[in-house]
Amino acid sequence: MAENVMVSQAEDLAAHFPGWVTPDTRAGFSGYMVSAEHLLAFAKRLRDEFNYDLLSSVTGVDYLPENKMEVVYHASRSTGGASLVFKTQVPRDNAVVPSLTPLYPGANFQEREAYDLLGIKFSGHPDLRRILTWDGFAGHPLRKDWKEPYFEEELKPYKSRWPAGHVVRSEDQNPFKDNVQYPAGFDPEKFVADSDEALYASMRRVHGVDSELQTDMMIVNMGPQHPSTHGVFRMVALLDGETVVDLKPVFGYLHRNHEKIGERNTWLGNIPFTDRLDYITSMSNNFGYVLTVEKLMNIKPPERAEYIRVMMAELTRIVSHLISVGFLLNDLGAFFTPVLYCFEERELILDIFEAVSGSRMMCNYYRFGGVARDLPDGTLEKIKALVFDRLPRKIDDLDRYLTNNEIVQVRSMGVGVLTAEQAIANSAVGPILRASGVPYDLRRADPYSIYDRLEFDVVTHNHGDVYDRYLVRMDEMRQSLRILQQVINDLPAGPIQTGKPSYQPKVPAGEAYGRVEGPKGELGFYVVSNGKPNPWRYHVRAPSFVNLTSLADMCKGAKIADVVVVLGSVDIVLGEVDR
Amino acid sequence: MEKNQISAPGYQIPVEIKQQVDITTLDRIYNWGRRNSLWPMMFGLACCAIEMIGMAASRFDFSRFGMEVMRPSPRQADVMIVSGTVTKKMIPQIVRLYNQMPEPKYVIAMGACASGGGPFKEGYSVVSGVDRFIPVDVYIPGCPPTPQALLFGLISLQKKVDTESLKSARWYQKGPAEEIPVPVLGPDLMDPRKYELIKEYARQKAEDEAANGSSSEDEKTSQALQAG
Repeated sequence: MAENVMVSQAEDLAAHFPGWVTPDTRAGFSGYMVSAEHLLAFAKRLRDEFNYDLLSSVTGVDYLPENKMEVVYHASRSTGGASLVFKTQVPRDNAVVPSLTPLYPGANFQEREAYDLLGIKFSGHPDLRRILTWDGFAGHPLRKDWKEPYFEEELKPYKSRWPAGHVVRSEDQNPFKDNVQYPAGFDPEKFVADSDEALYASMRRVHGVDSELQTDMMIVNMGPQHPSTHGVFRMVALLDGETVVDLKPVFGYLHRNHEKIGERNTWLGNIPFTDRLDYITSMSNNFGYVLTVEKLMNIKPPERAEYIRVMMAELTRIVSHLISVGFLLNDLGAFFTPVLYCFEERELILDIFEAVSGSRMMCNYYRFGGVARDLPDGTLEKIKALVFDRLPRKIDDLDRYLTNNEIVQVRSMGVGVLTAEQAIANSAVGPILRASGVPYDLRRADPYSIYDRLEFDVVTHNHGDVYDRYLVRMDEMRQSLRILQQVINDLPAGPIQTGKPSYQPKVPAGEAYGRVEGPKGELGFYVVSNGKPNPWRYHVRAPSFVNLTSLADMCKGAKIADVVVVLGSVDIVLGEVDR
Repeated sequence: MEKNQISAPGYQIPVEIKQQVDITTLDRIYNWGRRNSLWPMMFGLACCAIEMIGMAASRFDFSRFGMEVMRPSPRQADVMIVSGTVTKKMIPQIVRLYNQMPEPKYVIAMGACASGGGPFKEGYSVVSGVDRFIPVDVYIPGCPPTPQALLFGLISLQKKVDTESLKSARWYQKGPAEEIPVPVLGPDLMDPRKYELIKEYARQKAEDEAANGSSSEDEKTSQALQAG
């Protein structure tokens, strides 16, 4: 069905924008090519006339052999339907593309990321600074001709490891015996460290603190080491008294180079790395990645595997929401008691993950065309006991303890409000978007796997505040249980893998964008294959990274103490934010 | 069990006061007090931090060993559990936190990443193990280590504390502890202890390139950096 929609749109758009837009005719590619000078006008009409109001993903691809830099956009309608992909190509050595941030504020961080990692400049971007690396970093790491200090070979498996089998320590290849390299002629003693002055200056300038009236504004740093930031996240807030005037997140303290490593890895070798993106929801991450590569390979898993996949993904959603609710209460001041209740249930679900995959957190369970192994004996009974008996009871308990608690309500109602329009403009997804009253859930909006035959409701609440985000998560856990009950009842027998499992699956040339509704929202993978055993481009569109665009909007006007709560309600996991 | 550890063997205590009196050495009672109140710093880096919280939660419950007082401030902490991938952007902060901890202080490298870079070692912004900058007492393998493994690591640290002596403990010697120089973020991570080496390497590289007659991207970047 989704295919047909794409085809009819394809005819529409080419006719609507004669001369601006041409279909992308490369084999295995889809969507449109838009020339850079018409990009802004095209995007504006796309948003206003064709209702593609949600810009999901912005990323770049370095086509080194063609000497081109390509920016790839995926836009969706907040009412549902398949995503639309359009691209702009610019020369590699002078890669300048108009920024879409004025039209779609949700492009802000993603364009900064493309600038940081690929060196694509976005003209008209309000704050084009490096985002994942630091100001002053030498080079743009995702360019194909940029080599990391421990560079050994372009592609894995490295010859030193296989088949030869001599292990070479990366340290021994480097003059410093360490993971560093410096430009020629560099002198560290003359180097002046660029601290965060540019960042602070940009905040002061916007709000006129430098004006003649020296108002009492103060810049406060929170993080990267702060117990409320859920990891190594940093916020810089401009305060007027205790009121937040402006707030900017600072990323990159957990930037682990997923994409660079992913482009050296084999297709299969990337699955364990997806586990470590959002390390609380490894099963969902696996799901998104294998779906994407299956699109390229054009295979489908057998029925039983589909059911097992959905089962694991929904259990993961419950784990993630439990942790999110627990830590939100932590941020509200209910120090650790609710978390302990949530972790008790989490441990039981983790037991199931350990039984099926062998690992509690890093499951590495999904495979192209199936799952790694079938459910071991007795596991289904355990899941049944949890899903039909224990979890519904425990979620009701949690509900009874927390939902009508006066302190919870006073601290979270009307705090961190995000309107539906803001949420859509900022490309917010997942519980954030649904708490603002937009019923956008990929399991319904662009169904994948077997979600089209399952019965569940898309949970929405309308106030867009912290309390409603909490309510959405509580209700979604119940919906997940509903899905799990259907899946367990209908679980068919049969194989769990299409074809033979292979270390080196054949992935035809082309591109694919696959997305799943992860617990935190739309988790997208954009991969480009050139028919070789390794992906040419491997990009992760991380929901919590993009959701953070809305943080400033939610916090402006709030008190500094509420920032902690608002951040808790966004539910970020740094492994995914910084990748 | 603890009773046995606090009493020094080889002393005859009259039976009638055995319940009230113990004869021990200063070292023993000092270490006994410290080993049962190791306060970790509440500081999570990555995936391992979730397992660290799991260890604090009810199933594994590390308060059984006197460690439940997680302190968000380095000034009040005894143990730094480096729980996750150490990135170049984060290491200056980690070194600073370590410098701020009062002695006696210990470091646990939890998981493959903190111990040696782990699966992300080849990445351009990952530090190959936190021990490149701060001294580590216990390494815990695993990706991530299970909560049991982390508990075992903490118990191993307790055993290490048991072997220390007042006479030789560094923090009772003369002079203050030496601070570890905080690394600087330049074109790449720069360890202030290695500036000479970096300078020499960069000069050599420039010479090599001049010999090859190519002014590379590198050189332009470096000129731009030093001009601005």
